[in-house]
Amino acid sequence: MNVVILGAIGLFLLLLAWYLSNTAGRLDRLHRKIDISRLALDAQLLRRSSVAIELSSSGIFDPATSMLLADAAHHARTASDADDAARSRAESDLTAALDAALQYPQDVAEVRRDPAGAELLDELEASIRRVEISRRFLNDAVRACRQLRGQRAARWFWLAGRTALPQSWEMDDTPPLGLGPRSSQ
Amino acid sequence: MKVGIVCPYSWDAPGGVRSHVADLALALMGHGHEVSVLAPVDDGIDLPEWVVNGGRPVAVPYNGSVARVNFGFGATMAVRRWIQEGDFDVLHVHEPVAPGLSMLACWVARGPMVATWHSSHARSRILSAGYYIAQTAMEKLSGRIAVSEQARRTLVGHLGGDAVLIPNGVQVAHYSTGARLDLVDPTRPSIMFLGRVDEPRKGFAVLLSALPTLLEAVPNLQVLVVGPGDIDGLRSELDPRMAAHIEFLGRVSDEVKAAALRSVDVYVAPHTGGESFGIVLIEAMAARTAVVASDIPAFRQVLEEGVSGALFESENPQALAAQVIRVLVDPAARAELEAQGWRRVQEYDWNVVVDDVIAVYESVTVGGEKVTTDLRGQIVGRLGGRST
Repeated sequence: MNVVILGAIGLFLLLLAWYLSNTAGRLDRLHRKIDISRLALDAQLLRRSSVAIELSSSGIFDPATSMLLADAAHHARTASDADDAARSRAESDLTAALDAALQYPQDVAEVRRDPAGAELLDELEASIRRVEISRRFLNDAVRACRQLRGQRAARWFWLAGRTALPQSWEMDDTPPLGLGPRSSQ
Repeated sequence: MKVGIVCPYSWDAPGGVRSHVADLALALMGHGHEVSVLAPVDDGIDLPEWVVNGGRPVAVPYNGSVARVNFGFGATMAVRRWIQEGDFDVLHVHEPVAPGLSMLACWVARGPMVATWHSSHARSRILSAGYYIAQTAMEKLSGRIAVSEQARRTLVGHLGGDAVLIPNGVQVAHYSTGARLDLVDPTRPSIMFLGRVDEPRKGFAVLLSALPTLLEAVPNLQVLVVGPGDIDGLRSELDPRMAAHIEFLGRVSDEVKAAALRSVDVYVAPHTGGESFGIVLIEAMAARTAVVASDIPAFRQVLEEGVSGALFESENPQALAAQVIRVLVDPAARAELEAQGWRRVQEYDWNVVVDDVIAVYESVTVGGEKVTTDLRGQIVGRLGGRST
């Protein structure tokens, strides 16, 4: 009888160990995925604000638009050291400024007529699209990770270690209306 | 970038996913990337050098029908070897939750991985039963792509989590340039149907019911029917006066299909449902042919609610006839649809679409990590280091 009970306990412990190790492995993978997505998002946000600054100083836009754009892009850049909330606010502001500058397809066509302008717009479009993609991947991984960390096993056995609870990245990343439907898909 | 692509369906059999993979690979190579495709192969003749033989698929019953898939120890070893030799920067698997090479690749690889969901279907048994397996595979994927809004909804609904939407691409030049079919008399108005004639979802019956009205308005109409099915049986049941206007081509090659699309005035798509994307509409638009299609959700989206192609109420022959007649008798309306379709189709050209795929690759490879095999089992893998 004792043997049966001991065996059952042993089996239970073995299964528990397997389950915990497996869950810890999944968590580890998710944390790494989040780190990479954050890096990618960070790089693309910096790229976007750099292009915005270049656009504003290119002389393509009128002075008022240039000022608006330069101000928003500068704030977005300097906010990269600030906390997440402040930074995502600054990035959303840059989205709004870009939208204001490139609201109408005819204005965009005007910018495109200049070869340098066309190049900058292509670069801007590419970075906007990549911000969208990286942000979606990041938030997706964050959601999966938070869900897993919310499970009892993960909480009771401290499977996440000291890694801070990941935060999703909320910002307005709608592409400017004037850039056309392609980027909004 | 070195890209490894896994196609779960046989390279020898024509199919949507398989041609998607081939077009994607060619477009990526056109952009200067190195590509290797792993796919099941039946006889292995005439494989392009960038396709690696993943073994013979085996027919097994799956999800209510028979699927031809690769599985087991041999297939796993083949995938593992391919990954080890490939030294890929990113691994791109297609249809990862269908059993087969894609699922195995998710299982044995680690590193930057991207997956594309193609199909849209109601909740299937395997997805619920295999939820845990699928969930683990999902967590390994750094990026997810869906080819249509319907496919994305399937993914979100079944497994949770999101995906970026990147539509199927089309090799526009393949359809826009080339010869016409001699069979089609250019002096007579012509329409075309594409698909299995005896598959109700393709809607051939709707077109047949509309034919008398069409012939009344356009007496010298030619109807081209391209696609397999019981053609002899169908012809014997037809009213001979109507049959005289119909040319049945049966199953044809991709080249003949493209030539047929180029030759006719209007492509009619009377589908009654089941289409997740509507690639046929895009092929017709790429051939600079006006499109008249039923108003099922996938078609409405591709045709921008009627801007780049005319829409009619699905399963309504009179509505079909009215739209087709309007477009056939008014050259200006037809030219407008052709121009709008041509504008729309540029967004689906592979050379444009592939930019988005590359954007996805770039966003998952920032860590600079290579794709390697996950030789360490999950328990050992964890002991190997949490911080890596």
